[in-house]
Formats: sequence, structure tokens, C-alpha cells
Amino acid sequence: MAVLFKKPAALSSGTTHYCPGCTHGIIHRLIAEAIDELDIQGRVVGIAPVGCSVLAYNYFNCDMQQASHGRAPAVATGVKRARPDTIVFSYQGDGDLASIGTAEIIHAAARAENITVIFVNNAIYGMTGGQMAPTTLPEQKTTTSPYGRNIATAGYPLRVSEMLATMDGPAYIVRTSVHDIKEINKTKKAILKGFKYQVEGKGFSMIEVLSTCPTNWGIAPVPALQWLKDNLLPYYPLGVYKDTGEDK
Amino acid sequence: MAKKLMKGNEAIGEAAIKAGCKHFFGYPITPQNEIPEYMSRRMPQVDGGVFVQAESEVAAINMVYGAAGAGVRVMTSSSSPGISLKQEGISYIAGAELPCVIANIVRGGPGLGGIQPAQSDYFQATKGGGHGDFRLIVLAPATIQEMVDLVQDAFDLADIYRNPVMILGDGMLGQMMEPIEFKERPAVELPDKEWATTGMGQRQKPNVVNSLFLDPQKSEDHNLNLYNKYQKIEQQEVRFEEYNCEGAELILVAYGTTARIVKSVIEMGKKEGLKLGMIRPITLWPFPKAVFAKYVDSAKGFLSVEMSTGQMVEDVMLAVNGKKPVYFYGRTGGMIPTPEGILERVRQIIGGLK
Ligand SMILES: Cc1ncc(C[n+]2csc(CCOP(=O)(O)OP(=O)(O)O)c2C)c(N)n1
Ligand code: SF4
Repeated sequence: MAVLFKKPAALSSGTTHYCPGCTHGIIHRLIAEAIDELDIQGRVVGIAPVGCSVLAYNYFNCDMQQASHGRAPAVATGVKRARPDTIVFSYQGDGDLASIGTAEIIHAAARAENITVIFVNNAIYGMTGGQMAPTTLPEQKTTTSPYGRNIATAGYPLRVSEMLATMDGPAYIVRTSVHDIKEINKTKKAILKGFKYQVEGKGFSMIEVLSTCPTNWGIAPVPALQWLKDNLLPYYPLGVYKDTGEDK
Repeated sequence: MAKKLMKGNEAIGEAAIKAGCKHFFGYPITPQNEIPEYMSRRMPQVDGGVFVQAESEVAAINMVYGAAGAGVRVMTSSSSPGISLKQEGISYIAGAELPCVIANIVRGGPGLGGIQPAQSDYFQATKGGGHGDFRLIVLAPATIQEMVDLVQDAFDLADIYRNPVMILGDGMLGQMMEPIEFKERPAVELPDKEWATTGMGQRQKPNVVNSLFLDPQKSEDHNLNLYNKYQKIEQQEVRFEEYNCEGAELILVAYGTTARIVKSVIEMGKKEGLKLGMIRPITLWPFPKAVFAKYVDSAKGFLSVEMSTGQMVEDVMLAVNGKKPVYFYGRTGGMIPTPEGILERVRQIIGGLK
């Protein structure tokens, strides 16, 4: 019988601890599929962040390091510089990458480190229980913006892809989403490209993936997908922000 | 090999390279700038050598974490405020049991402090400046030659125990020049780094570099494993120098630059008929407790001399354990104790003991 669907080899067996309906799991699978398709499992070193995906080192079937909060791009730099033949990716939430780790992501991009960054933006701090993130929308309610994010006191959300795209360093900057099948497929292609560029030595890539947090948004999984579409997409437009690696 | 005149900071860099360190991640701060400068010059001349000027000390120590986790010999250096910034990373490195070497060329503090030599980071270095129940192996050289030897030992110790090792120098040691020799070193048997994240290759099981243990029982087990390792280090790796302690009335305790000044004080004291000795800890952790027991009956007291307002003196008190009085003399904030100042304090103490 032909196998139509199976677990990617780069994903370990066993269950994850993610909440039901959380899209972290989908993104994990897409990464594992990309690793399988490029046949690089034996070369990959993944960097897990501090955030809901801290245990990602249990979910990927490849060598992994767990980094301190926000420093995954620096850890990835250390691994890649020490072992240039490895394929290094970091997997980071928006608190991790866009708040505490802004310096590390910007400078890894500026150095054009030959690594692949998967940036999961769910506009909230998931792991610590739903506090405001740097990506939380204006008026969005969180446990530390209970009246809605007040721009006057909490400032504006950060659009990281747009920022990094202004820099000379990065090879590939793209924002995608996983709220429906079409966008999931596009995300898959983007992740694949990010890894491919690294294999080809083209340099730094970041795939920002808009993701849901049903638990801390307080919205059931399916309506959460719709909420993402209605609220995050207008503020965080999808698309390729930079692509210098395309063969001309 | 012929002797060569070298500045302390540069000697640290060359010693690291001689020890097979090909990866250096740093950030400028006085008085250690010559280390990253030297490494930026030398690493491109070394096959596979890597130098990265990180965006901050925080990033530098996390690059060290990544590279150490990937199984290579790696080093960073900084001075006091920068070492404070590295503390979370050092704690992760200790927690994940990664080998690396960190040089702290101490300057006066707290805050931005000054840029002159100090020993006020003793607590931070020996009592775990970062969070959690961990220890650094802390080596305190007193000469540039000893610094060169200890830097090379540091990489071996780090690999053997899978633990970060700190070289604790001060601005004086970093800046001065002395003749040194890179000695032939006996081959040391080192464990394989089969835990390193190098990509699985043919390996079936992934390697994971991690310090997270959510299950408290597993976390306790991990902490106890670390504790057992630290006990072993305490039993096997203590280093110190004793000088003139036999029959000494007062034993001075000093490390690093201060120990050199104390040696002159002992000679000056001889001329006045003062019987002085010195214990010089070379490993600040593990602290050489046992040697104090040897002299606690014969000596009338102990005097800790430091470039701080009194930090190591607490370890001296613990080692002496109330059996004899323990005194303190120090200059701080970048001021260096003078032999006359120390001798004056010695006379005062001995006068009181009589
Ligand atoms: C130095 C430090 N500060 C704070 C924390 C607490 N903390 C853990 S996860 C987290 C935020 C994670 O949010 P995000 O990166 O958006 O990822 P998510 O959980 O939403 O996937 C914070 C603040 C920590 N572990 N370390
Ligand atoms: S808290 Fe949010 S981000 Fe974290 S696992 Fe649950 S749904 Fe996902």
C-alpha cells in the first residue's frame, strides 16, 4: 500500500505539550518536512528558545541546544562558527526574538550569519500566561494590558520583518501565516527556502510565521484562526520583504 | 623555548591559542581590550580560527555556549561590568555542563567603577555570580608566566570536568609586561566530547545541550550530580603556594597582584625581626582550606590582604574556623596596597597579639 502521509523523520515520536489547537505544532512539522526534503537531518543543530517552544529539543529528531531567553541567534552563531558544516536553525517566539532578544536578532542579521531563523509571532507571551508582547496589537487585551494595549503608555508593536528587510545583511526575510491550508503551504515553501539558502551558503534568513495562541487569547482554536486573519494580517502584512538569494 | 616579553592580556590570548582554542567571542572593555584585539589579529592566522566581536557581553557568552555545545575549545574575556552581564549565560553553561574559559581582568566597582586594578569580584567569581547552585573553577595567577600556564591548564580542567573555568586577573596583571615562556606541556588525557551537538551524522540519538529540568526530582538529581562533581574538584584540584609559613607568627593571605606585594612585605618584616608567612591561593575555588589547618596551631593569627573591602577574608575565616583571629587589610576602588601600608597594619596586629 502506498504511504500517503507519515511523520517526518526529523520529528521525534511522542506527544507535545502544546495546548489543543495551538499552531506551534504545525510549524514544527513544516520545519521537519523541510529538513527531510533537503536530506540534512544528520547535519542539523536546532536552537530552542525560552517560551512555549522551550521543549522543542524533545520534538525534533536532530541535535538541539536550549538557549537562554532571547539569545538563540547568538547561540546559533556560536554553533555555526564552530561547525560551519552544520545547518543551524533557531526557533523563537515574539517575546524571545522581538523583546529581550532584539539585539541578538539584529546583529545576527547584520553579520549575515548563515543561519535560518523561524520566528513564531503570536502577539502574546504564551508560556508565562498571556502577558503583553512587543507584537501585541494596539487595544489588544493581555494580562499586563488588561484595558487593552495603550499606545500612549505601552508604545507601538514592532514589525520585525520590515525592520530587518532594511538591512544589508539578510538574504531572505519573509512573513507567512498558518491560519489556513494555502498559507500553511506557503509557509512550508518559505521554510524550505530558508534552509536551502543556508545549505547554499547564501546567508541569513528569517521566516516570520503568524501563529495562534488560543489559550491566552481566550479564543477557541478555530475562531482563533479567524481572529489571526482579521486582526494580525492587517497589522503584519504577509509577503516577501527581502530576497537577495534568488538566482537571476 | 626562548623567553619572550609579553603584556599580560596578550599572553592570555597566545596561551589560549597554544592550548588549542580556535574560537573567541568578546566585547571591548578596559582593562582587557588587548585580549580581543590580540585575538582579532591572531585568529585569522590560525587554521580554522574564529574571532567574533559580539554586540554585547550577553551575546558573547551565548556564542560561547553555542560553540562549547558544538564541542570546540572556546574562550571569552571581559572586565567586571561585562562579567556581570555574562552571568546568566555562565549559569546556563554550568547548568548544561559545557567546558569554556572566561577571563575576568577585574577593575574597581561597583557600577561603572573605574578602570584601575581591583579584586572586588572575588565574591562574584567564587560564590556563583549567576543564579543557581553552581561553582566556577577560579584560577588566580600572580605573574604573567603563571597566567600563561594557568590559561592552558584552564582548558584542560574545563574539558575534564565539563565546567566553565574563570581566570581571575586584575588590571595590573593584564597591563604589565614580563618575560614568559610557552613550555612543553605533558599530554593530558581528555574525555571524548561525545555529547556535543555536531549534527547527528550516523548517530541514532540526538544530542541535546540543555539546563532545563521541569521535573523537580530530575532537577534535584541533576543538581546532586553537579554537587558530586564539585566535591571531586575540591578533592583533586586545589592549588596554592605557601611561603615562609613555618614558624611564622602572622600568616598573610593574598592572591594575584596583591600576593606579590605581600612577598615584599615579608622581606621588609624580616629586617624588623617580624616572622611573617604567606598562603597564596591559586585556586580561589576550590579554596585551599586544608593548608590553614597545618598552621593554625603555630601561627598567632591570619591577615587577609586584598584589593577590596574584604571578600576572601570570609573564606579565610571559614578555613581558620574561629581557632585564631583573622584580620583584614585592603585598598579598594582601583587603589593598590603599598608595602608600607600593609607593614603598618602588620605591626599593629603583632603589637596587639603580644
Ligand atoms: C531572563 C528571563 N526573563 C524572563 C523569563 C520568563 N519568560 C519565559 S517565556 C517568556 C515569554 C515567551 O513568550 P514568546 O517568546 O512570545 O513565546 P511563546 O511562549 O508565546 O511561544 C518569558 C518572559 C525567562 N525565562 N528568562
Ligand atoms: S500557551 Fe499559547 S502558544 Fe503556548 S502552547 Fe498554549 S496555545 Fe500555544
